Amino acid sequence: MLAEAIFFSAVLFTIGVIGVLTRRNAIIIFMCVELMLNAVNLSFVAFARAYGVAGQIFVFFVMTVAAAEAAVGLAIIIALFRHKQTVNLQNINLLRG
Amino acid sequence: MEHYPLFYTFHFYLFGLVAVASAILFVTRRSPVSAAMWLVSTMFSLAALYVMLDAPFIGVIQVLVYAGAIMVVFLFVIMLLNLGQASEIADVRSQGWRLAAGLVGLALLAEIFALTRSSSVSGLTLAPGTAARAVNDAGAVGMVAGPLFTTYLLPFEITSVLLLAAIVGSVMIGKQRRAADAR
Repeated sequence: MLAEAIFFSAVLFTIGVIGVLTRRNAIIIFMCVELMLNAVNLSFVAFARAYGVAGQIFVFFVMTVAAAEAAVGLAIIIALFRHKQTVNLQNINLLRG
Repeated sequence: MEHYPLFYTFHFYLFGLVAVASAILFVTRRSPVSAAMWLVSTMFSLAALYVMLDAPFIGVIQVLVYAGAIMVVFLFVIMLLNLGQASEIADVRSQGWRLAAGLVGLALLAEIFALTRSSSVSGLTLAPGTAARAVNDAGAVGMVAGPLFTTYLLPFEITSVLLLAAIVGSVMIGKQRRAADAR
């Protein structure tokens, strides 16, 4: 099942990348990043079955980092919304010259 | 070559296809709330795949942490900022961006499939059924907890510092600045 799991993982990761590149809503882009993390977790678990339990430990750490990242990222989005009244990335261009 | 019963193969493909279909629905939804619900569906299917890949503890954690905690926080923020309805401004980028995204996606898929085709290091793989036996011997939790508290103890402790930093950081960022409001 290793090849099949990696196939699904690749497809999910690609969907996440396409979502990040095509959407402008900051929250949806953030959820696409979570989808990419999930896709990588799937291949980690599939490899853990073939190469030893270390892959599952790594998934555990990825989930912890994802939880921390979600908390900080959503706090940034809330601060951004308070400042600009929008989460649409088209209107957030403070760094554009 | 390891042999799988038809029941197992059928459900593996079923959950995999459900995950992919939910992910496609997730990126095409306009409303953030329905997008989040489809992402939850993807995460549940992935949890089923984890259980089928002999990682039952990771599957449970996936449901509890990802589908439970993280997605609830996402939905909470969507409702807090009142973003439930599809935005009236163009949410999807222009044709050129979509074309570029499609090309990047195709390149990524081609790369990963080329890597999968290449000869695997079969000498390193464990004997079939090793993971299932580990689940039986050490239990679903013990299989992960054993290495986590011996070999990987230092990364595990560093994780707690990371979580503390994340808590402090999100509180500081999310805090209302009275002085800035008064200005």
